[in-house]
Amino acid sequence: MTTAMRDTLAMRAWKALDTVIDPELDQPVTELGFVAALSVRGLETGGHEVHVLLRLPTYFCAPNFAYLMVADAHDAVLAVPGIETARVELADHFASEEINAGVAAQESFGSAFPGQGAGTTRDELEELRLTFQRKAHLACLERTCRQLIRSGWQVDALAETKLGDVPDSPERESLLRRRADLGISNDPGEPLFVESTGERVPADQLPARLRFAKAVRISIDGNSGLCRGLLDTRLQRMAEEAKG
Amino acid sequence: MYSKDGENYFIVDSHVHFWDGSPANQSNRYGKGFIECFYDYHRNLSPEGWVWTLEKFGKYSEETMIHDLFETGYVDKAIFQPTYLSDFYVNGFNTTEDDGAVAERNPGKFIVNGAFDPRDGEAGIDRLEQLAERWNLKGVKLYTAEWKGDSKGWKLSDPWAYRYLEKCESLGIKNIHVHKGPTIYPLNRDAFDVADVDEAASAFPNLNFIVEHVGLPRLEDFCWIATQEPNVYGGLAVAMPFIHSRPRYFAQIIGELLYWLDENRITFASDYAIWSPKWLVEAFVDFQIPEDMQSEYGVLTPDIKRKILGLNAAKLYDIEVPESLRVADAPVDSGEAVGSAPKVPA
Repeated sequence: MTTAMRDTLAMRAWKALDTVIDPELDQPVTELGFVAALSVRGLETGGHEVHVLLRLPTYFCAPNFAYLMVADAHDAVLAVPGIETARVELADHFASEEINAGVAAQESFGSAFPGQGAGTTRDELEELRLTFQRKAHLACLERTCRQLIRSGWQVDALAETKLGDVPDSPERESLLRRRADLGISNDPGEPLFVESTGERVPADQLPARLRFAKAVRISIDGNSGLCRGLLDTRLQRMAEEAKG
Repeated sequence: MYSKDGENYFIVDSHVHFWDGSPANQSNRYGKGFIECFYDYHRNLSPEGWVWTLEKFGKYSEETMIHDLFETGYVDKAIFQPTYLSDFYVNGFNTTEDDGAVAERNPGKFIVNGAFDPRDGEAGIDRLEQLAERWNLKGVKLYTAEWKGDSKGWKLSDPWAYRYLEKCESLGIKNIHVHKGPTIYPLNRDAFDVADVDEAASAFPNLNFIVEHVGLPRLEDFCWIATQEPNVYGGLAVAMPFIHSRPRYFAQIIGELLYWLDENRITFASDYAIWSPKWLVEAFVDFQIPEDMQSEYGVLTPDIKRKILGLNAAKLYDIEVPESLRVADAPVDSGEAVGSAPKVPA
């Protein structure tokens, strides 16, 4: 139970958190600056406990998205070999208490808010996640197509383009990840331009679909800039308050 | 009115508040969190020199507001949008009555909008009637994602919402402002969903549905319904200040709106006191779509700017515009590709 051991586990836990995505912004919570602190301590049993502190850009960030991120962070760090227990805490949020308790007890989002009636079931939360995975796929598809068009590809050719025709790039990589999330095959022979269901988009509908995908991409890029800015401003304000 | 380079612009600020978010009025930690959240928006997206202290931001005087809007802010008419938040603030955050008192002391300057919540049932219908009579309402501001008791929100397409919208129609309230915007309020169910606006806009073709904050952060969903419903408008509150901090992003928002809607269905707003109209109006009149985006988005002409800055809202609210400040009302097509686009999966 050395310091070195704890440091290694802390590094692995950070790395695990790279897989936790803000569903709305389609970026890891680690990159967005949402992880305020992470520490590992030894337990009497010989195992280790990790403590993760998350902070979001505003006090009123939507609780359903917050719940997803806290629950995902919990699952991600707990999957790190050597980590026995995890405490993931959402700080400075209007529903911190309910969400933290709900995730710790592995309850559904709905039952974390007693007195809120029927609440939202696990299925509904997963449906929400899926909606944003579809948006993320569409945005990544647009980025990939835009790059192809810039390098001389014709829009008409996109309907017949196979994954294997697309040169390696970070855009292609991120598209492949989004396809995998949705269970769409990444075989080189598969068509590039598909709906989030995996269904191919016919050539005559493709330009309009690509145009809509652009609006999705602009929307996601814009949100992510706004959230980063708000988080910076918030942290600055909190630091000033702490100084008095 | 604002004048620059020989062009004159009639200014309607479609979204202003007179609020009390001060500690004395806060009922609980939510009230504190709410005003701080607004303040972070203010501070993050305002240019240097325009940032207030949290104390001033929490509660500003009527004098300050009149000065910022009308004496230095070029505004010809401002539209009050209430935000009650009765659970967070002792006397409410910004009620119709608060706004109405300011409007009565400053005749000719303001339009007072009301609010309703269909979960109030029959009693709420009566209240809406009284509110409409007292303040001669032409518009309401709605928050569909507001939590209330065991409800985490409502939809414009709910049966009770339809009853209220029918009532609005009969009372002459024709402008329905819907907050489908950033998550600064406890919201959960359908936080991202604007589908109910689509349904209601089809069901009530005589009402105008102004989606505040142009659906940000779900711009694309808003654009999608707005192409299909001619009585759906985009309110620029919260989108405007990006003109300073992220001009290229702002160009994309405006470009997308012009593509999916047209120049007749976009309305300017400062969301005062989060931001002030003076710098927004000046920046917008100076603004142009960056050259590398012009092949796709085109350019903003003075006429387009005139419509967005005031004429579109003036039309919605029957505001008298001096003849010299009007533009010829040429019909504008939103673009041909849109109508034939495939149905978007939910």
